[in-house]
Amino acid sequence: MEGFAQGRSSDVLDVHERARFEQLVLPHLDAAFNLARWLLRSREDSEDVTQEAMLRAYRFFRGFHGGDARAWLLQIVRNTCYTWLEKNRPVELMTEFDEELHPQPSVSPESLAIAGDNRERLGRALETLPPRFREVLVLRELEGCSYKEIAAITAIPIGTVMSALARARQRLQRALMQPPVEEAPRGL
Amino acid sequence: MGCDYTRTALHGYLDGELDASRSAEFERHLEGCRECAKVLETEESLRSALQRSSLCESAPRSLRKKILAELDAATSVPITERVSVWRWVALAAAILLVAAVSWYAWPGSGPLTRNPASPPFTASELIDAHIRSLQPGHLTDVASTDQHTVKPWFDGKLDFAPPVKDFADEGFPLVGGRLDVLGGRNVAVLVYARRKHFVNVFVLPTKEPDTPIHPPGLRQGYQWLHWRHQGMEYCAVSDISVADLHELAQLIYQ
Repeated sequence: MEGFAQGRSSDVLDVHERARFEQLVLPHLDAAFNLARWLLRSREDSEDVTQEAMLRAYRFFRGFHGGDARAWLLQIVRNTCYTWLEKNRPVELMTEFDEELHPQPSVSPESLAIAGDNRERLGRALETLPPRFREVLVLRELEGCSYKEIAAITAIPIGTVMSALARARQRLQRALMQPPVEEAPRGL
Repeated sequence: MGCDYTRTALHGYLDGELDASRSAEFERHLEGCRECAKVLETEESLRSALQRSSLCESAPRSLRKKILAELDAATSVPITERVSVWRWVALAAAILLVAAVSWYAWPGSGPLTRNPASPPFTASELIDAHIRSLQPGHLTDVASTDQHTVKPWFDGKLDFAPPVKDFADEGFPLVGGRLDVLGGRNVAVLVYARRKHFVNVFVLPTKEPDTPIHPPGLRQGYQWLHWRHQGMEYCAVSDISVADLHELAQLIYQ
């Protein structure tokens, strides 16, 4: 696993380790839940998976020797989400990530701003992206992660984080410019 | 269409991930490249839409609670803390017992009324004074088994004269006396021995009527008996058995 060594699992930690965990890791619970929510596209499933990931993080906590606790936790959350997806929704993971970067569509900043002002529409557009595009966008735009953190969390080589983000942004723009399903013209 | 910079530098620039020289290079390029300028504007528009959107979702409070409960289950309580848990339980039980006993012994020690039957100091002041006296060199100011030495020693040191009797024949030899402060008042203390244990008898004047010897109080392994007799308030404290303590109390009472 790239980025962080998760260390040896240990089922029971003592009260001092517990206090350290609460101080370093637990403050990132919201970030953990948010990543799971966008990867799984369901609040209910995200609660279960976040809970499982938190407990895994706790068991691996002895292997965490300082550094970026948020990235360390998000890496575990992401892995737990993918394990869950493989088991419950394998089809979602079958999208090729290395698709060619298409030429930029002619999207005007103005039309994008109008479409993007609708939270629901933006959220739905994000959900139509394959998980690997979704996660880099969530990490970069919602969580404000650096390229280095994104590389550690997603196990993408740091040199390709930028191109992954470029593709993800392009996909999101296209999704956003598609007429929403409800508003699509229907034949009589 | 197809400017190299769009692929190689634009997103790094947008994300603030280019170093200073590459960033400056891209800015120079941007002045002359309409394509990059337009793409950058579009990307910035998308970014501000995402950041305005409040798409971030916080963990529900119930989830936080569940996780904390799971952490509790996965946390070991060290042996010393386990012991201390039992010590707290024992302490709580002892406090309850003391509360119950003192309620019975001193009805006035309850929160509602201060019954004239209760002594003018608290149980903890009494026990603290007793424990303090057991520290080396604190037991007696005047060490003597002779009541005729102990009684005059108090003269001039207090505004009252405590009755002093020796009960060596009954198994409670007088070992001395001292001055102490209890409930903010100067009191006389008579010290008796019972085998290798000591009994502190605190004596101070009172205007309250006589009482019988009240049922015993108990705290921290010590018991005490309290009574009033002929204008004096008495409180006998020790770790000896209640029966022995009662025996001494009756000897003093007579």
